[in-house]
Amino acid sequence: MLDDKDRIFTNIYGLEDTSLKAAKKRGDWSRTKSIMAKGREKIIEEIKESELRGRGGAGFGTGMKWSFMPKEASERPHYLVINADEGEPGTCKDREILRNEPHKLIEGALLASFAMGANTAYCYVRGEFFRETEALQRAVDEAYAAGMIGDDACKSGYRFDFYIHRGMGAYICGEESALIESLEGKKGQPRMKPPFPANCGLYGCPTTVNNVESIAVAPAILKRGAAWFAGLGKPNNTGTKLFNISGHVNNPCTVEEEMGVPLKDLIEKHAGGVRGGWENLLAVIPGGSSVPVVPRDICDTVTMDFDALSAVKSGLGTGAVIVMDKSTDIVAAIARLSSFYMHESCGQCTPCREGTGWMSRMMQRMVQGNTSVEEIDLLEEVTRQVEGHTICALGDAAAWPIQGLIRHFRPELEQRIADYQSSDKTAAA
Amino acid sequence: MSGQTNTTFQPDDFAFTAENAEAAQGEIAKYPEGWQESAVMPLLDLAQRQHDGWLPRAAMDTVAGMLGMAPIRVYEVATFYTMYNLEPVGKNHVQVCTNLPCWLRGSDAIVGACKKNLGLEMGETSEDGQFTLSSAECLGACANAPMMQIGDDYYEDLDTESTQTILEALKAGQTPKPGSQSGRHTSEPAGGPTTLKDLKNGAGK
Repeated sequence: MLDDKDRIFTNIYGLEDTSLKAAKKRGDWSRTKSIMAKGREKIIEEIKESELRGRGGAGFGTGMKWSFMPKEASERPHYLVINADEGEPGTCKDREILRNEPHKLIEGALLASFAMGANTAYCYVRGEFFRETEALQRAVDEAYAAGMIGDDACKSGYRFDFYIHRGMGAYICGEESALIESLEGKKGQPRMKPPFPANCGLYGCPTTVNNVESIAVAPAILKRGAAWFAGLGKPNNTGTKLFNISGHVNNPCTVEEEMGVPLKDLIEKHAGGVRGGWENLLAVIPGGSSVPVVPRDICDTVTMDFDALSAVKSGLGTGAVIVMDKSTDIVAAIARLSSFYMHESCGQCTPCREGTGWMSRMMQRMVQGNTSVEEIDLLEEVTRQVEGHTICALGDAAAWPIQGLIRHFRPELEQRIADYQSSDKTAAA
Repeated sequence: MSGQTNTTFQPDDFAFTAENAEAAQGEIAKYPEGWQESAVMPLLDLAQRQHDGWLPRAAMDTVAGMLGMAPIRVYEVATFYTMYNLEPVGKNHVQVCTNLPCWLRGSDAIVGACKKNLGLEMGETSEDGQFTLSSAECLGACANAPMMQIGDDYYEDLDTESTQTILEALKAGQTPKPGSQSGRHTSEPAGGPTTLKDLKNGAGK
């Protein structure tokens, strides 16, 4: 378990003042100028050495991503875009950074932008986070007024501007290229890659899109050293992570823990345990709605990191743990997610536009049992036809929860079909 | 996609108030020269806020004119994002999250309490124009489920009783206190944090 001295987000619950003055007392905006004085390459090297993997879900190396930006300045400006379009069901970690630790984000944005030669950062915050946007804007205004950002950021001679752009209710804009489209004033429909944003992103310029948490932990890594961060967690899964524990636990909460913390410890030590005790656990969705569900026997031993969860055919995703006890109708639960993906498909790619609707309707019938065993296989096959056949990962995200359900709960699906067939409904027909 | 239709009575014209026109210029100034259409979303939001919470076609045309965009490009944006209301909504837009984490913690009961208290079905607006009730996809407050958004505020850690109290307060013209309704500060575990008890030893420095 993580020691308090190794926690990065020491005001994550907003129990203390969130102002610049109070944030400075907690260590924010200290030594920022001297870190910049080390130079761009040293900063990127340090982030690479820390082995920080992106906290938005995909887990790509943050330092590696930064290094893809062109080294030499050209007539095209560089941009940092911060993805605060937090909308993956189960996920509510960036919200706490935006409203309670905004200075970590702004300081991180300055350091990341400096490292990548960007003078401007746009932070794309989901529109529903209105109060969170207000809190972040207050912090931005304070940072400008105190000279932490602006024409001469932290007296480094470097110009840095930080702007907030509000989304307006579209889950798909959490996908980086859809987010860029949206920022350009268009419908949020993902772009084909290549070209990748580092070559051709916002306004056709070199752009890096990072999750809020990835940016907000960067200052701590640069101040305390890559070795400190890399020493936490497990190899290839280093550092600390904000976890959200929701659903059937006694005390749902957000908490910062070490990567690789056992799932069981996370639930029992921080979230007050499963409602009715560990024995009452049915299944967990360990990384936000897009990752496949895992049943209790896996939950007994699995650890919360990218590699361990991928080894059990699920994923760390955003670190959002959705806990379901034995009272849960697991088929209805996954059907609810299918309906969500149908609602959020942007409509651009046929397999996703048509497939999410088809899968959702099929899942509704699975809830009732109004189908046949052969159709379970058909549904599985259709998820494979959607997965990997779309421009962005929303198709995959719609397919995986259903695949997880069939993999682990097929007997439940078959039982429902048998019950339905022997019930009065079919007898009458 | 929002899939909304635009069938309501449409006013002939729309103009920003002086204050909002200035705010609009502030939004446009955030983006590089030649990319002013980046401001289409904030401008539509300003227009919606000025126009009782919904976007008439005339407002979209006004925004298109200000940004030098073809009107169809603005309509595309207005119809794509679910937070733009293309029809009138109640003064209090009650949106109950019904996605999985809220559902697991009883959002069905919260929906039921809202329907009963307001006498509305999902998607309906009260005749006096005070309330619209709708369901929302995940609003990103899952550790404080179940929850609902009313206007710009989140009401979290709900039960049927606190839901009723909030709606009654709104009916009486009051502003109920947003955030957790169970006494939590934010998303710390109920009963107090399990971490950060040792801050004085220099955590985070």
